[in-house]
Amino acid sequence: MKYEAIVVGGGHAGCEASLALARLNHKTLLITGNIKNIADMPCNPSIGGPAKGVLVREIDALGGEMGINTDKSHLQLKMLNTKKGPAVHALRAQADKITYPKEMLKTLRSTKNLEIKEAIVDDLLVKDKKIYGVKLESGEEIQADVVILTTGTYLKADILVGSSRTPGGPHGEKEAKNLSDNLRKLGLTIQRLKTGTPPRIKKDTIDFSELEREDGDNVLRTFSYDFSPIYKIEDQIPCYLTYTNEKTHEIIRENLKKSSMYGGYVRGIGPRYCPSIEDKVVRFQDKERHQLFLEPESIYYDDIYLQGFSTSMPHDIQEKMVHSLKGLEKCEILKYAYAIEYDAIDPLEMKSSLENKIIENLFTAGQINGTSGYEEAAAQGLMAGINASLKLRGLEPLILKRNEAYLGVLIDDLVTKGTKEPYRMLTSRAEYRLLLRHDNADIRLREYGYQVGLIDEKRYQKFQTKLKNIKELETYLRETKISPIEKEIIEKLDTSPILDAISLYELIKRPEVTIDKLKKIGKIKKEYDAQVLEQVEISIKYEGYIKKALKEANKLKELENIKIPENINYNDISNIASEARQKLEIVKPITLGQASRISGVNPSDIAVLNIYLKRIKND
Amino acid sequence: MNDTIASIATTLGVGAISIIRVSGKDSISIVNKIFEGKDLEKVKSHTIHYGYIIANGETIDEVLVTVMRSPKTYTKEDIVEINCHGGIATTNKVLELLLLNGARTALPGEFTKRAFLNGRIDLMQAEAISDLIKSETDKERKVAINSLKGYGSNLIKELRSKLINIISNIEVNIDYPEYLDIYEVTTNDLKKSIASIKLSLLKIIEESENGRLIQDGLKTVIIGRPNVGKSSLLNRLLEEEKAIVTDIPGTTRDIVEGTILISGIKLNIIDTAGIRETNDTVEKIGVSKSLNALLEADLILLLLNNNEKITDEDLELLEKTKDKKTIIVVNKKDLSKKIDISKIKNQNIVYIDTLSSLGIEPLKEKIKSMFNLSLLDKTNYNYITNVRQISKIKECLDIIKDIEVGLENEIGLDMLEIDLKTIWETLGTIIGESYDEELLDQLFSKFCVGK
Repeated sequence: MKYEAIVVGGGHAGCEASLALARLNHKTLLITGNIKNIADMPCNPSIGGPAKGVLVREIDALGGEMGINTDKSHLQLKMLNTKKGPAVHALRAQADKITYPKEMLKTLRSTKNLEIKEAIVDDLLVKDKKIYGVKLESGEEIQADVVILTTGTYLKADILVGSSRTPGGPHGEKEAKNLSDNLRKLGLTIQRLKTGTPPRIKKDTIDFSELEREDGDNVLRTFSYDFSPIYKIEDQIPCYLTYTNEKTHEIIRENLKKSSMYGGYVRGIGPRYCPSIEDKVVRFQDKERHQLFLEPESIYYDDIYLQGFSTSMPHDIQEKMVHSLKGLEKCEILKYAYAIEYDAIDPLEMKSSLENKIIENLFTAGQINGTSGYEEAAAQGLMAGINASLKLRGLEPLILKRNEAYLGVLIDDLVTKGTKEPYRMLTSRAEYRLLLRHDNADIRLREYGYQVGLIDEKRYQKFQTKLKNIKELETYLRETKISPIEKEIIEKLDTSPILDAISLYELIKRPEVTIDKLKKIGKIKKEYDAQVLEQVEISIKYEGYIKKALKEANKLKELENIKIPENINYNDISNIASEARQKLEIVKPITLGQASRISGVNPSDIAVLNIYLKRIKND
Repeated sequence: MNDTIASIATTLGVGAISIIRVSGKDSISIVNKIFEGKDLEKVKSHTIHYGYIIANGETIDEVLVTVMRSPKTYTKEDIVEINCHGGIATTNKVLELLLLNGARTALPGEFTKRAFLNGRIDLMQAEAISDLIKSETDKERKVAINSLKGYGSNLIKELRSKLINIISNIEVNIDYPEYLDIYEVTTNDLKKSIASIKLSLLKIIEESENGRLIQDGLKTVIIGRPNVGKSSLLNRLLEEEKAIVTDIPGTTRDIVEGTILISGIKLNIIDTAGIRETNDTVEKIGVSKSLNALLEADLILLLLNNNEKITDEDLELLEKTKDKKTIIVVNKKDLSKKIDISKIKNQNIVYIDTLSSLGIEPLKEKIKSMFNLSLLDKTNYNYITNVRQISKIKECLDIIKDIEVGLENEIGLDMLEIDLKTIWETLGTIIGESYDEELLDQLFSKFCVGK
């Protein structure tokens, strides 16, 4: 049996990768350890948030599934950072851990060209540094032109609780025992990472009366640009807040050595931004309390996820810790917290297309690349799927730039800087976040989605209409002027008087004037879609800042346009510092811009490299 | 950058010895080929050796050769310095031999460029070296050497670390909005930090103005109607102080009559033609030149005659100089006073007599007090004086203005933080911690050969 593409792993990366390939008409096989765990959420029950929410919108803009699937399955939806500017507004959903995978599986099963198989992959079939299939634990060999590995935390996974170490993935699933050793044999560098998850609490044993309640927004929203909301505001399920206290901290400090981490039982490197509760207590000793969130996992069962309380303490200590929390004094722990260690590749060994540098036609996405988070995984899965398809079709890969998408930042960071800890998408990683807003992901990326073939004609036409309306409204606002005589309008808008005639466009730049107000007083009569109004208002109100950001982005473009030939020999350039030379040789940057972002490569090295490139260009 | 460069490091033809510097991976072997004495490839690093430069069996010169091996050298490359006798012919011959044996002539500033590119000095230090080479007065030298020690770099680094503190806090607020117990930066916090950073930057600019006085001197223009004694004043001033005869760069269109030192600060005295309106074409050019000189002057000495009433022409001059730092110098003090001084609003009036030099000292005192020259003398020479650096700092001040406007318009902190980042980047380009291609090209082409 031969396929065009095999995707190994059915997590968020694997789902997007296999859907993309199958939708682009490639005969695709998705191999997963357990079909029940497809699109599983073994950790937090939420999707989105700052930066991550933008990733979901970008996935949607390109024709991926995560946004649509979240819209079908969430328990609560909320816009974060609304008190701040539009560039950092972030949509966040509490996803139902039963509905989300169920809906995703439905979609996978109804997709043409896609087959799903339950098996564990043991080895890769490689000839002359080119992959041609996979070998299963059973010994069976399946051939394919391209293979995408999206193995999540399953490569040689170990579950850590206190001093115990048990091989296996989340939910007691079987780990992939041999695959990472075989990858190493093929010449890949393997690193060991660690992550953790907090305990789950039985809902009706929690005293919610003691806790602060957090509701969803009372405005209907969606991640997807194309579909209308299908939920009711009043059906949303609340989250709750609680805090650790001195007693909790005391228990942790007394038992520190019993945790896997502080007992010295952990080899992998965990994420700094997602520390375990023992880490927080040790590192921030002067903090009296740490905030915790109680999030519902599903309407079909009782588990409440205790976000912020991940730990690798033994079970008896976890009991004591949890019971010291307000509202949880008498609660029942349904699932204990644990840490998990797993193997990952070194992302420096992959190209910007997510294809491996050592083995041709092998792509990787998600936690195997050293990232953390469902959204990061899905985003890479989609890109790996797209680029694998482009490779199959003999076309150039789609490489998004840092000023085009968070997805571009994510992949560029991975292949340029590598990562020694699980990588999380943060807004602070994006230097052009004003351009990379969640509200304009479609404007930035839908054209690519259409070109690649994942956005169909109908969705594309809808998008074109949106663009047309934006232009039309902008022109109208520019051309419609208010004269100083029209005092009643100025009064109704509650803004300071004007001296000369002024366009509505200019008027909207005033903080107190909004498009909504202009609509209410009848200055905008034509009905426009909310997305159009939002887009126009943001582009007017923040015009100055957006222009500045574009100018900065253009500077980057200049460096990005200086290409570094693939066969460059860094030993020919004697004046590059030796640390920089090593880094350049490993990363093999494709542009001077990428080279400038490698840590350990200094501006002076870039100057030398630039001079060298100019010289060989002239020769 | 793989090749070996050589050039004459001392001024050609002046002095008893000349030094030729060679840098690059072949520098030792190249010099060794033309050197008779010890085998330079075998000598220890940082040692000096006596011997001869030989070409085709003929002795060219008797020399001392210093061998300095990488990395502890000026360029971090192997360096050889040849001390030969100072004649033009000899020095050129030695250089020629080096070029014949595989070295190439260094471009202007190339040694320093290599020092920078090889990471021995940062950008500000590189610029300081350029300034140091050009310095003429002791104060210029001190400013440059302070810069070389990293004074300016440290100042900028301090500001950048202040900025990064507030930037990172704002970013944590953006990335973790759900955590209520993380400190949330307020508009007020930003206002305060912006005010303090602005103050530091303004201080740098102000100090740099002083620094410019130290480096460039005061452009001083003497004006007055014909025969009021302009040349006599000029001569008196020049007689009193030992004049430095020099061309001042950037002022080529001015005719600098002479330069005097007051409290160690240069006064570049500029000659002017009249400023009266005229129909004569040649004279017109002179007049427009004079007006320009007035416009650019740091100090104007306006000469009047004690023995005559104030004329229309005097009034016109007074009008044209009213916005400049001007000293009214009333000449011919020895003659009877006919001038109606109460008509003049300017309080800076000095009476002199150019025939007897009477009043020249009080005039110099006046200049000193007007420009705080004695204070300048005591300060620490910590200025950032480089034009490029100052223009970057001014850029930062412009961005701060944007932030202030943004704060007024209630723009969110997450937006203003983008401007903060730009300031941080811009300050980075001053010390070479951010990449700025244009700058590198500009900078290194300005260096003189030899350093």
